[in-house]
Amino acid sequence: MSIVEAKTPTPNGNNSVNKILAWFGTTLGQILVSILVPALTFLVLWQGYLFLQRANAPQIVQVSVAIVWGVGGVALLYLVTNWLVMKLPKEISRVLQPFVFVGPAVVIMAWFLAIPVFRSLIASFRNYLGTEWIGFDNYKFAFTDPRMLETFRNNLLWLVFGTSFSVGLGLLIATLADRTRAEVIYKSIIFTPMAISFVGAGVIWKFIYTYKGTGVGIQEIGLLNAIVLALGGNSQPWLNLPPWNNFFLIVIMIWLQTGYAMVILSSAIKGVPAELLEAARIDGASEVKTFFSIIVPYIQGTLLTVTTTIVIFSLKTFDIVRVMTGGNNGTNVIANEFYLQSFTYTDAGKASAIAIVLLLLVTPVIINNVRQFNQSRRGF
Amino acid sequence: MAKKTLKTEKQKSAFWNNFILIIICVVWLVPIVGILITSFRPPDEIFRSGWWNVFPHKENVEIERIVIPEAVDLDGSFEILGKTATFDQFRNTVELDDGRLITWYGNKRTRTAIISEPRWVGFATNLTTKNYSDVLGGKTISYKNAEGQTITRTGNNLSGAFLNSLAVTIPGTIIPILIAAFAAFGFAWLDFPGRNIVFTIIVALLVVPLQIALVPILKDYVNMGLNGTFLGIWLAHTGFGLPLATYLLFNYISTIPRELLESAYIDGASNFTIFTRLILPLSVPALASFAIFQFLWLWNDYLVALVFLGEKNQTVTIAVARLVGEKGQDWHLMTSAAFISMILPLLVFLGLQRYFVRGMMAGSVKG
Repeated sequence: MSIVEAKTPTPNGNNSVNKILAWFGTTLGQILVSILVPALTFLVLWQGYLFLQRANAPQIVQVSVAIVWGVGGVALLYLVTNWLVMKLPKEISRVLQPFVFVGPAVVIMAWFLAIPVFRSLIASFRNYLGTEWIGFDNYKFAFTDPRMLETFRNNLLWLVFGTSFSVGLGLLIATLADRTRAEVIYKSIIFTPMAISFVGAGVIWKFIYTYKGTGVGIQEIGLLNAIVLALGGNSQPWLNLPPWNNFFLIVIMIWLQTGYAMVILSSAIKGVPAELLEAARIDGASEVKTFFSIIVPYIQGTLLTVTTTIVIFSLKTFDIVRVMTGGNNGTNVIANEFYLQSFTYTDAGKASAIAIVLLLLVTPVIINNVRQFNQSRRGF
Repeated sequence: MAKKTLKTEKQKSAFWNNFILIIICVVWLVPIVGILITSFRPPDEIFRSGWWNVFPHKENVEIERIVIPEAVDLDGSFEILGKTATFDQFRNTVELDDGRLITWYGNKRTRTAIISEPRWVGFATNLTTKNYSDVLGGKTISYKNAEGQTITRTGNNLSGAFLNSLAVTIPGTIIPILIAAFAAFGFAWLDFPGRNIVFTIIVALLVVPLQIALVPILKDYVNMGLNGTFLGIWLAHTGFGLPLATYLLFNYISTIPRELLESAYIDGASNFTIFTRLILPLSVPALASFAIFQFLWLWNDYLVALVFLGEKNQTVTIAVARLVGEKGQDWHLMTSAAFISMILPLLVFLGLQRYFVRGMMAGSVKG
């Protein structure tokens, strides 16, 4: 209103503008604007969506529009919703405003994670099309079929060897690097694979394991076979040798995950009080003894967290197997069998049962997280 | 004396520490170096010899070919350059007294023996960037294979995939952060019924495997026409990333001093103003940590893109995986494609490692 009043002294020309502005101040105008603004917002967003759907502009234009539309759209929606709520009487807007803030997040999480748990649970008791109840048949498959038993065995291998080597090596490197001057360089190198996708890592390691076969004048181009030949052995198709091929895949996980374990454990080791270590050394304890009786007990909480994280990772492993072997030759894992059931054999029932099995496997971690959260936030 | 032995002892252990670490680091780096070098070698050479041959090494270099006259009977022992041996022995290479080697070429009917000599070969000089231009473009490409034949086919249009990956990752990173920041502020500072229970559910959702959601959500997407669209994959990544984002930002935002907000309320600021003017600027470190986390996770994601985007708007991971599946022996294309897919995350990662580590520490409850 103050803007309108301030403008009144200016002569004739602006009079009509002022009238319009004043009219917007009335209740009827307010309501109209409240409808018009969201409608306009919706129209703009819808046009953007149609533009992206039609897809006839050059790709770079399309991608730019998509980025601006997506990010701007979300910001705009918040702005408009908040503006609308603020227009309501104060008592109502006070009650509604928290929902403007948390509402979108809660709705999206419900749609994408919470509700699917129940939808998958229901689907797991129905047939492959989801048209009929078939009781526990899908779970019978999930727990007794030889295919599934193979995936359980392999996931167990991933869990035991992948986790122990990642954490063990991470701990070793963190401890050793802590005593050197080039610590940052060592740690950066070990950490680097974390930035690489599993698909990219798949290419890298497939090249290492590649096999050409025996023949005159053939030189192996895969590093592993070249080393084996140089040491006097015979070259092998490493990825076709069950059950050893599983270990060649697990090596990739170790290569990727050791950096993670190392970084977190390294900062925990730095938290061990220097006096404690000094005291042990004065007492004549060897480095190894200090490590096992002081450092390890001191960081056991962090060790547990890191181990849990990598265990969950090993249970969900998918990309590496998918790209390297497709799950053939005895390398199948749970997540890959899930993928095959849902998208290759299109059996929604079996796929859902497998997803529920995965969920059951991580349930102890979920319970633990919730319990810890509730403990840490008594006065929430 | 005692002090001196302690010092040498220390030096000795420092030496071993460095020694072990250097070995581990070499093992860690060699795989990456291998594909980096391979991606710059001409295709026919990649097939012929290992990538380590670009470094100086001793190699048997062919110096001449000898054709054996028809008169010589190859079934028994016969003589080449004064050396007598059987055909099988020649096939497995026979060494002359002066160090030269005789190797039979192919089968008996070729009647040809190759004479070679071990010589030092320097750094490879024929490195090329053609593999990169081939794999980036979407047009027809041609290259020589192991047998020297020329192969022609359509390129893999990785540049298009790169753009698609950007279109997925940039909004897929910013949108969940924005939504999570609003929610985290709401959970930390606003009061509403059900606040406690809803947030506990979010903590529970942190480690729910996303496999549980793929089939139901895909069904929704097909019904809504969202399958294969950018909007669809943004929503999916938002849904899967929100629990961690909300949790991290909540932890951060709830540590902002209460007095700061209260004085702003007293000044008459609305929640929205406080959020945009006060909370968001103060949370930049936490936002940045999560942004890097989410960016790397989306750029490297394969499963979600495979399910919701498919091959219509393929991302780099899908393009590389397809290359591996369809053209399993084209190492010149696979290695250059893999390297292209790695460049951006590596730069982001090495440049912003500090933030990444911070985010990782805070988020280590998630799997």
